[in-house]
Amino acid sequence: MQYRIEAFDVVVVGAGGAGLRAAIEASARGKRTAIICKSLLGKAHTVMAEGGVAAALRNVDERDNWQVHFRDTMRGGKFLNNWRMAQLHAQEAPERVRELERWGAVFDRTKDGWINQRNFGGHAYPRLAHVGDRTGLEIIRTLQDKGVHGGIAVFMEHTVVKLFKSEGRICGALCYERETGRFLLFKCKAIVLATGGVGRCYKVTSNSWEYTGDGQALGYEAGADLMDMEFTQFHPTAMVWPPSVKGILVTEGVRGEGGILRNSKGERFMFKYISPLFAKETADTEEEAKRWLEGDKAARRPPELLTRDEVARAIRNEVKQGRGTKHGGVFLDISWRDPAFVKAKLPSMYHQFKELAGVDITKEPMEVGPTMHYHMGGLRVDAESAMTTVPGLFAAGEVAAGLHGANRLGGNSLSDLLVFGKRAGEFAATWAERHEAREPDAAEVGAALQGAMAPLEREQGENPFALQAELQQVMQDLVGMIRERGELGQAVERIQELKKRAQQCAAPGNRMYNAGWHTALDIQHLLVSAEAITRSALLREESRGAHTRDDFPQTDKEKWSKVNVLCRPGADGAMSVTTEPLPAWPDDARKLIEGTLEAVTTKEAA
Amino acid sequence: MAQRGNVTMRLWRGTAAGGQFVDYQVAREEGMVVLDAVHAVQAQQANDLSVRWNCKAGKCGSCSAEVNGYPRLMCMTRLDLFDPGEPITVAPLKTFPLVKDLVTNVRWNFESAKRIPPLKPGPLTAEEQRKGEFQMMQQDVDRIQEFRKCIECFLCQDTCHVLRDAQDTDKFFGPRQMIRLANLEMHPKDSADRIPMIKKEAGVGMCNITKCCTEVCPEHIRITDNGIIPLKERVVDRYYDPVTMLLNALRPGNTKLR
Ligand SMILES: Cc1cc2nc3c(=O)[nH]c(=O)nc-3n(C[C@H](O)[C@H](O)[C@H](O)COP(=O)(O)OP(=O)(O)OC[C@H]3O[C@@H](n4cnc5c(N)ncnc54)[C@H](O)[C@@H]3O)c2cc1C
Ligand code: SF4
Ligand code: SF4
Ligand code: FES
Repeated sequence: MQYRIEAFDVVVVGAGGAGLRAAIEASARGKRTAIICKSLLGKAHTVMAEGGVAAALRNVDERDNWQVHFRDTMRGGKFLNNWRMAQLHAQEAPERVRELERWGAVFDRTKDGWINQRNFGGHAYPRLAHVGDRTGLEIIRTLQDKGVHGGIAVFMEHTVVKLFKSEGRICGALCYERETGRFLLFKCKAIVLATGGVGRCYKVTSNSWEYTGDGQALGYEAGADLMDMEFTQFHPTAMVWPPSVKGILVTEGVRGEGGILRNSKGERFMFKYISPLFAKETADTEEEAKRWLEGDKAARRPPELLTRDEVARAIRNEVKQGRGTKHGGVFLDISWRDPAFVKAKLPSMYHQFKELAGVDITKEPMEVGPTMHYHMGGLRVDAESAMTTVPGLFAAGEVAAGLHGANRLGGNSLSDLLVFGKRAGEFAATWAERHEAREPDAAEVGAALQGAMAPLEREQGENPFALQAELQQVMQDLVGMIRERGELGQAVERIQELKKRAQQCAAPGNRMYNAGWHTALDIQHLLVSAEAITRSALLREESRGAHTRDDFPQTDKEKWSKVNVLCRPGADGAMSVTTEPLPAWPDDARKLIEGTLEAVTTKEAA
Repeated sequence: MAQRGNVTMRLWRGTAAGGQFVDYQVAREEGMVVLDAVHAVQAQQANDLSVRWNCKAGKCGSCSAEVNGYPRLMCMTRLDLFDPGEPITVAPLKTFPLVKDLVTNVRWNFESAKRIPPLKPGPLTAEEQRKGEFQMMQQDVDRIQEFRKCIECFLCQDTCHVLRDAQDTDKFFGPRQMIRLANLEMHPKDSADRIPMIKKEAGVGMCNITKCCTEVCPEHIRITDNGIIPLKERVVDRYYDPVTMLLNALRPGNTKLR
């Protein structure tokens, strides 16, 4: 089998916010840098982000600063976050956002002409820099333009299928070009994985076809640790009707701008679900919530802006108790605000509902329900350098774990991409400076090629699309928002069976832009994450953040508040799951969070 | 009223070497969009069918195609827009070289983008330097934010007759890049001079203001009125305005009238 060879210092896999920011940095530091992505440039998930990017710029509320952002992030993550990542993130996010402005991004302005900021769930002050409800588009286009002018070699519509090591160090990657099906071997000194999340292992998700957990699987197979895989974020508000749009996101910005949640009885139910952790700063009457929205600094925030895990569970409970809408959701209402305001602040939501559901959100409420949205877990990385446990292999963005702990705050992902994308690029460049290139082993390359070609050569076999749908159903039914030992055990068994069948997928047709072939390869990656999510969820016998166990409804203040769950390949090739203590908090970090710890006694699964 | 039963999807299958339309029957579901129907064909009847998509919500600009002859985003085009008895024809964008089925080679757009000089921030106030931010009023950025809504679906490029019929891709960058240029030119803090390249390389003069691009833009960007016409005016001011021409001619080192 023929393949072309390319040589670079740094290879970045993924061209979303994290990958682009990493590539810009590595290239600016004089390293020959390539960026590889599955879609066209500018189409990565980052383009879909709506609400905003979190950074304590202090343009709208002077009380904000990095310490408050740090505290909010830790509280949102139920203290499982890597404290050092949370600190670096809060400290560096403002400069990363401002730098985008100098590169051409045009954020919405305050009255004085500075970058405007909006409210979001779990953030104490208006903190999210934004552009209407298309912030991700602004960020990816800015980075894309910066990148192509910065001398990065772009390989778009290429998919990486395997990483290679030599004497324990990363040295190359194999990929195929989607258009032709031809293979390329990249030889390099450092690799940055910025491949995003795993949403496609669920049936109802806001994520695109790209989110098949490739980076998690590539890293895992190269020997890197996966961490916190049980924490899958179900965003509380997605479209539920018509069926064709089920799962498509409704930005939290709707609630940030005053959107109210009601059940089918017309009750504003979120007042019933205020957990002790947030009771002090959450309004307990409609009147107070309204005053807050009008800018009264003495008033407390509306309960609709509690963290995502809390709101998602509340909605699920309302529906379960029979107070849901006809299509199994609840109502989200912004129609009480001035129509011109709604169209200016939430233009794409307005169009999305108008065109896809025939609903005018300036006149009537939306029907919404939870959707699989984001993965807090992923590759374990060093806080400073973003290096995984494999030397020379770095990871940033949604594929990496640590910053968000058990639950991510809205807006903290875009800032994560910028802060740790830059760090990954910087440290990958330094690594490339200090290490020589090595040769990938020819036999390993040959075996990887053969494996990749197998589905095309099989005359008959499983339909990859049907198999993926089966996996999605298993995860949706057995490893969903509310989990339980028996079901998780069943899921592990089903995944083992699907793993065997995935080896028997057949893809009719040739190598040219063949969606069946691509899906047959993607599903093998997807299964690694599905298994890790399930096994980690089984091990963590408590409820915390986005992980809710019906059989262990309490948040455990002893054992489970002190450990991360890790997955790595065992000696026999099977996945091994273990725990490891969280890094200890230094005194100054502890002080910032102090006083809020005792309140983590959620009994939300009621 | 929800439409029921099957719909006939007439999809282009083939490569640059040749191909034909093939009919597929798909069961309708309420609210279905063209992209759903194409995906149903792909999952059940033609696994190797090539189609681009990502967001399924009109945000990424991947799923452009010609639906019943009109350039559209497949994910934002509902089946019930069309006569229930008739087949729905989906063809790849005509302006770009075909790769396979519904996928075309749009790389040219990325290459011309690379040739456009990026933002060059001009002199900043002391306050701006201290903060590391620009001070710009919302009303002064409203007009460039309109251009920045572009999702790079390239439907406007597909429609523009200069590119579509004449295939003059070496003479005209097309409407998408015109608004990229307009965005940079109208940025309150930009200090670069792109007028010569807008005239020559990018070929703004090739546009004869038919406004077809504006009509197909899914982001409702007023490409011609707000982007291209002001650029044309700037070019005219520079090159054909008598006062400017005189000043240019008198500029040191300039030996001939332009
Ligand atoms: C609808 C929606 C709205 C959101 N809104 C917000 C918000 O308002 N604020 C916020 O902070 N966050 C938001 N998020 C989350 C945030 O957008 C994502 O977490 C973030 O964009 C991920 O960025 P990334 O750089 O890690 O990956 P992505 O942007 O997803 O990029 C991944 C890249 O990796 C490439 N890739 C993957 N596998 C391979 C492979 N095998 N070979 C080659 N390339 C590969 C892909 O092609 C892609 O280029 C939102 C998410 C969604 C879905
Ligand atoms: S207005 Fe100009 S750019 Fe737009 S379609 Fe017509 S000729 Fe092309
Ligand atoms: S200007 Fe409009 S039609 Fe043209 S590429 Fe951008 S979004 Fe698409
Ligand atoms: S899939 Fe993104 S615009 Fe259609």
